[in-house]
Amino acid sequence: MPFLDRTRTGIRALVRLIPDRWRNSPAWLNLLYVPALLLFGFFILYPFIRGLMYSFTNWDGYSQTYKWIGWSNYRRMISDPDVARVIRNTFIYGLGSALFQNIIGLAYALFLNLNVRLRGLTRTIVYLPAIISPLIMGYIWYFFFQYHGGAINDIVLLFSDEPLNLLGDPDLNVWMITVVNTYQFCGVAMVILLAGLQVIPKDFHEAATIDGAGALARFRHVTWPLLAPAVTVSVVLNVIGGLKLFDVITALTNSGPGYSSASLSTLMYLLYFGRQDAGYAATIGNLMFVIISVVSFTILFYLKRRETPLA
Amino acid sequence: MRRIARVREGLALLICLIHVLPFYILTTTSFKAHDDFSSKWVAPGYLYLDNFVNAWREAHLGQAFMNNVVVTAGSGLLIVLVGSIASYPLARYRTRLNRAVYGIFVSALIVPPLTILVPLYRFMVDIGAMNTLWGIILLHVTFSLPITIFLYTGFISSIPFELEEAALIDGAGRFRLFYLILMPLLKPITATVIILTCVNIWNDYQFSVFFLQRTEMHTITVALSGFFSQYNNYIGWVAAGSFLGAIPITLVYLFLQRYFIQGLSSGAVKG
Repeated sequence: MPFLDRTRTGIRALVRLIPDRWRNSPAWLNLLYVPALLLFGFFILYPFIRGLMYSFTNWDGYSQTYKWIGWSNYRRMISDPDVARVIRNTFIYGLGSALFQNIIGLAYALFLNLNVRLRGLTRTIVYLPAIISPLIMGYIWYFFFQYHGGAINDIVLLFSDEPLNLLGDPDLNVWMITVVNTYQFCGVAMVILLAGLQVIPKDFHEAATIDGAGALARFRHVTWPLLAPAVTVSVVLNVIGGLKLFDVITALTNSGPGYSSASLSTLMYLLYFGRQDAGYAATIGNLMFVIISVVSFTILFYLKRRETPLA
Repeated sequence: MRRIARVREGLALLICLIHVLPFYILTTTSFKAHDDFSSKWVAPGYLYLDNFVNAWREAHLGQAFMNNVVVTAGSGLLIVLVGSIASYPLARYRTRLNRAVYGIFVSALIVPPLTILVPLYRFMVDIGAMNTLWGIILLHVTFSLPITIFLYTGFISSIPFELEEAALIDGAGRFRLFYLILMPLLKPITATVIILTCVNIWNDYQFSVFFLQRTEMHTITVALSGFFSQYNNYIGWVAAGSFLGAIPITLVYLFLQRYFIQGLSSGAVKG
């Protein structure tokens, strides 16, 4: 291929122009991360800065012009009762599902770590929902929650005259969405914790047994502390996943009724595309950025400190 | 001991049954005729496929599947390429600058890119990337870079330097070191990276719904959500659509599940 050959000779000639002293520097290798850095700059850093800017404007999302309105969007956000409700929901989605996922995941992991016959099958089935699109998982669960003819209400009607309004009741819908998210991703916690259990050396348990520790004491003093790194990963992963929950909410309630089941991410979406309130939506985006980073880093810091190195 | 084993087996079976329930309900609903009002718990006693035919046609699922394949394959390829080469200097030459660059990449692991949706949308419009597959591919690649660089950098750091040193003494250039010596060693971590990132990209809804609004550009999830808001009274169609949408990745998972589970556990335990 003459073209490639010519390019190669050209590059060699250019390289020879560089003084010897610099030519062999390993710093040239840094060129290799330039493409990644460019992508990062264009699609994350630049929009992030523009987002900070938009939050001080009344931009509607499509006009070429907008007015600077100072801190109004932030003042509006603080006194907005919808936002208060949505922050509460976001915390339920984030912390609630992380808690449930890890309790169930830990129970499954401990169980499967025993000598169980159907272990492979169980692991495959429990993890299966995690690889399916959360949007589709939301639709699948819709068949359970439907008011008329839903699978849950078919059972409820055997015992009562009134079906349950699982998705329309603002006190219930947030929890139903949390249930779906928990069902879908408890397999992730299970797989991570199971991997963590399997790297705990067997002799530790044997030594504890010889010292007269019962099953509970062994869990408390051997398994639990040594499982700490896996718990950290699993909890942080699930908290982040829950705090940014979007697809399941869209599929099940589309944030309704009103904003009663919205999370910060769906609220931002509705404000932007539904109400052309782009400046305010950008403000909500910034709030979400702060909340997610503060919560995740706090949990990460706390859990990391809890980990004791295997000496 | 025999009895304990039996109890455990029964418990495992119970767990399986509970977790399979949603898929059971999905199946009975998607095979039921429109005028069959029996409970979703009851399996239909006949074979009825109209729901599938209608869902496939009305949601334009054929086109959506193709788009999904192009987006996922294109993103996967670029993720591996851009991510692996970027990690090489970050793992091997830990200058202060490179540690800072690594820090920037990895800190984005925590913060979801959804928070910059509003300005990002404007930026995509400005560069003409709306309703294009290359636009969404570049987005997916960028948002997958943190986890990719995190995994590759960790893995490369754990490979002993001796091999490269020997090649360096033999006169190989530094760039050639990477693709001659290191690339072949990266296979296992590449499998992990592909599984962890491509499952998310295949399933993505939150970005595709904003940036792929034209029907010809829809991916599976976007096609389904549009279809469902239009036909939400036809519960059988909705079920059949979900069924079809979930099938491809489920099949891949069932055949390659060892890699899926290993990928997640090795990614997590190393982190």
